[in-house]
Amino acid sequence: MSSPGTISLKDQFLNGIIKENTIFKLALSLCPSIAVTNNLKNGIFMGAAVLFVQVMVNSTISIIRKVIHPKVRLPIFMLVISGWVTVTQFMMAAYVPDVYSKVGLYIALIVAFASILARAEMFASKNTLLPSMADGLGMGIGFMFALTVISFFRELVGKATLTIPTGLATSYVVTLMDTKPLLIMILPAGGFLAVGILMAFFNWIDLRYKKGGHASH
Amino acid sequence: MEAIKKEHELIVAVSPHVKSEETVSRIMWSVNLSLLPAVVMGAYFFGIKAVLVVSLCIVTAVLSEYIFERALKRTVTINDGSAFLTGLLLGMNLPASLWSFSPFTIHVPIIGSFVAVIITKQLFGGLGYNVFNPALIGRAFLLISFPRLMTIWTEPSAAFLSFDAKTTATPLGIMKEEGVGKLMEVFGDKMNLYTQLLVGHRAGSIGEVSALALLIGASFLLFRRYITWHIPFSFLGTAALLAWIFGGKDPATGKLILFSGDPVVHLLSGGLLLGAFFMATDYVTCPTLKKGQIIFGIGCGTLTMLIRLAGGYPEGVMFAILIMNCFAPIIDRGFRTKVFGAVKAKESKK
Repeated sequence: MSSPGTISLKDQFLNGIIKENTIFKLALSLCPSIAVTNNLKNGIFMGAAVLFVQVMVNSTISIIRKVIHPKVRLPIFMLVISGWVTVTQFMMAAYVPDVYSKVGLYIALIVAFASILARAEMFASKNTLLPSMADGLGMGIGFMFALTVISFFRELVGKATLTIPTGLATSYVVTLMDTKPLLIMILPAGGFLAVGILMAFFNWIDLRYKKGGHASH
Repeated sequence: MEAIKKEHELIVAVSPHVKSEETVSRIMWSVNLSLLPAVVMGAYFFGIKAVLVVSLCIVTAVLSEYIFERALKRTVTINDGSAFLTGLLLGMNLPASLWSFSPFTIHVPIIGSFVAVIITKQLFGGLGYNVFNPALIGRAFLLISFPRLMTIWTEPSAAFLSFDAKTTATPLGIMKEEGVGKLMEVFGDKMNLYTQLLVGHRAGSIGEVSALALLIGASFLLFRRYITWHIPFSFLGTAALLAWIFGGKDPATGKLILFSGDPVVHLLSGGLLLGAFFMATDYVTCPTLKKGQIIFGIGCGTLTMLIRLAGGYPEGVMFAILIMNCFAPIIDRGFRTKVFGAVKAKESKK
């Protein structure tokens, strides 16, 4: 189905989720994945913010790629990224103020995310709008997925609760047990542990999957 | 016959190719044996609860190693005694009060052993590949996860089978909160304090209380040359020196008086002896070169006293050893011997 010579949109989309997952495979942008993931709701919204910025940045860069002079491309990328980050910041401050009060600092930090600049430089500045959007969508969803899994794991083990967002301003807190959970998991040290364990887990699955693939061929 | 047969087996191993009767399992079981006096003293002072906590840790550690290795189809190495040692050391580093059903705290030692064996050791590749001392990571994990449960210290009770105990503070806890003066008040005079600390009649973790029993075990290890003096003595020496210089306070004003501290109290209390002789000397996580080991020991001693005198926790041995574990590879690199012939002419003249 795909056009000859290029990767299909679907593959481009899946690439960011599985093969080049920002956190579990490239180990980039670990700062928010540790700082904001002690609560499921925060993790989901942080991931959504990154998803939005990634898609918008990729689209914008891909549209204006022909008018950017190669010598000044990086400052331009940074301007575009910071522009979209500011938009996200204002939107979150307006619509999800409780989440914004917790993760606001890290929303501003999206400007410095290696993954976003990397996709702008490596992909969006060389490709047309649709593949760039697919790439941004995949990368962003991969990131959001990772943050969701990490925060799910950390909140479950560290607080024995789950804060499930049911709307922009509302959320439902599930309390699983009353005994004392593992406090370390919601502390920064636990963030590193969680990311490390999940990274090992996903790599292990990947390895098994690859092994299985080779065996069947 | 057995020896001849072994002679002809092809042994593939990394250097140094030293021929010796010593094997990993022999050394591990010897270390386990050397810890026995301290465990017995812990059981004597804290009763059946201490025995149960230590046994629970050992059983969980060995079991989780067995299950993990079976699940991953690796060679099962529970017979080499290293998982047993991890469980034993972890158990010795826990308060006996953890064996209690209301509130339910039995899961605490189990989680600790699991973290120690699976996360710290097996996930890094098994014995020999762990960066940190497994037992200490297990304890650090528990101390941060359950800060209150992990610091309920009980008085040494007389009745062995009694499950009730009075809670009290450790000597280091008293020193941290109320100063040396209060410690003297609790124990009577200085001589009595020293004797009690030496014998182990004080609150604390199961295995750390009896300094005498630990010293007996340590001298066995030193005598058999399973450990060398470099790490423990530089560790203890630095700690004692810093305790003497910075440990003294004016009882009235609380101001620091240099060169008036009491190094003996600092050496005998807390987990310093247990840590210096049995945990800092862990082969896997300490530097291999002697010069590096001395640096390692000095670093451990400095960090311990820094945490004890200026930090938030009353005891710092665990974090000191764990922090220095990170530096072990770098220290080793710093003291790497130069390859013969690779030295430049200029440098060789020095």
